[in-house]
Amino acid sequence: MARYSSVLDLIGGTPMVDASALSPNPNVKIWVKLEGRNPAGSVKDRVALGLVEAAEADGILIPGKPGQVLIEPSSGNTGIALAMVCRMKGYHLKVVLPTNVSIERRQLLEVFGAEIIESPGSEGSNGAVRLARQLAAEHPEWTFLYQYANPANPNAHYTQTGPEIWADCPEITHFVAGLGTSGTLLGVGRYLKEQNPDIKVWAIEPPTGEMVDGLRNLDDGYIPPIFADLGGAEILDRKTVVRPKESIEWTRKMTELGLFVGISSGAIMAGAIKCAKTIPEGESATIVTIACDDGWKYLSTGAWTDDIDTVVERAKKVIYF
Amino acid sequence: MSVAVRLPTVLRPHAGGQAVLDVEGSTIGEVIASMVATYPGLSGQVISDDGELNKFVNIYVNDDDVRYLDKLETAVADGDEISILPAVAGGAV
Repeated sequence: MARYSSVLDLIGGTPMVDASALSPNPNVKIWVKLEGRNPAGSVKDRVALGLVEAAEADGILIPGKPGQVLIEPSSGNTGIALAMVCRMKGYHLKVVLPTNVSIERRQLLEVFGAEIIESPGSEGSNGAVRLARQLAAEHPEWTFLYQYANPANPNAHYTQTGPEIWADCPEITHFVAGLGTSGTLLGVGRYLKEQNPDIKVWAIEPPTGEMVDGLRNLDDGYIPPIFADLGGAEILDRKTVVRPKESIEWTRKMTELGLFVGISSGAIMAGAIKCAKTIPEGESATIVTIACDDGWKYLSTGAWTDDIDTVVERAKKVIYF
Repeated sequence: MSVAVRLPTVLRPHAGGQAVLDVEGSTIGEVIASMVATYPGLSGQVISDDGELNKFVNIYVNDDDVRYLDKLETAVADGDEISILPAVAGGAV
């Protein structure tokens, strides 16, 4: 089908591409699900639509009623996706955005008419979450969807992304994805394990705790409420850090297959390679990974074009995940 | 068995301002115990009163989170790199 009545109908149903040419082990296949194909450009389109539709179903948002305001902390993609959905549905969106995100992420929010409220870059996403919670408490008339605590976030992946992966690749043995809000890992991980309990779920994260230097003490730390509430520790089988240099190296390497993806997707591919290396000789495996978005939003970081050490230093200062 | 332990900025004041410590131990639990013996200020920070890892602390052996390996029983070998990182909100991808 190539005719759609709304851009919102284009969300989901993303393709998967064979990236086994990058696998270090000929018995380990690697498939990449291209979430950059979503209309606002990332996996977060699914979440944004899920959050808004859940709020509408609960009567928290009323379609067509003027003057409704939403607030959400986001380092980029959720904000961009929500901005598109809100623009189409007539809601006013305020995004609490750390100052250290790429310029394109900021511009895309403006494209879709979102209002940006800045939070200190030194506090990373923690700072954005903190400020959004504070503002939401001060303005109870605003709708705070709060993706870190809203089950509609993992549910979008439980009902869509997971079933799509299972339908396209039932031979999957490992699912490797990035850990941010934990929505993708919780939703897809739970769905896949229900189909086949032997499937292993790997979480990939950047060394955020090293890069965020605005933390005053450990009790300022943060675990997404959905992760604790929905048994994240039971769903994950492994959690591993991928550093900026490896992330950028793999982001570049993926272009050999024509895959022009964002830096977090490079990090996740590096994690998939690490996963492939753990498969014992003589055994075979099929890894499915997520490319969260395409590379367009990161061109200004020089990720593909500048000296790698310079890019790595830059990457340590911006939120790319 | 000697391993390097990288401390996050927030813990360095409890370890004389050092970013990396050389510590003895053959499991993560032993490594933490010997760190705490030298720098008692780290005690309540890394391990909670019930002897478990503080929930806002993640410990990695060569970049793998020990909660998904063998927790405090995770074995370490000579030359392994241990990182202690605070749990922070991931950048909502």
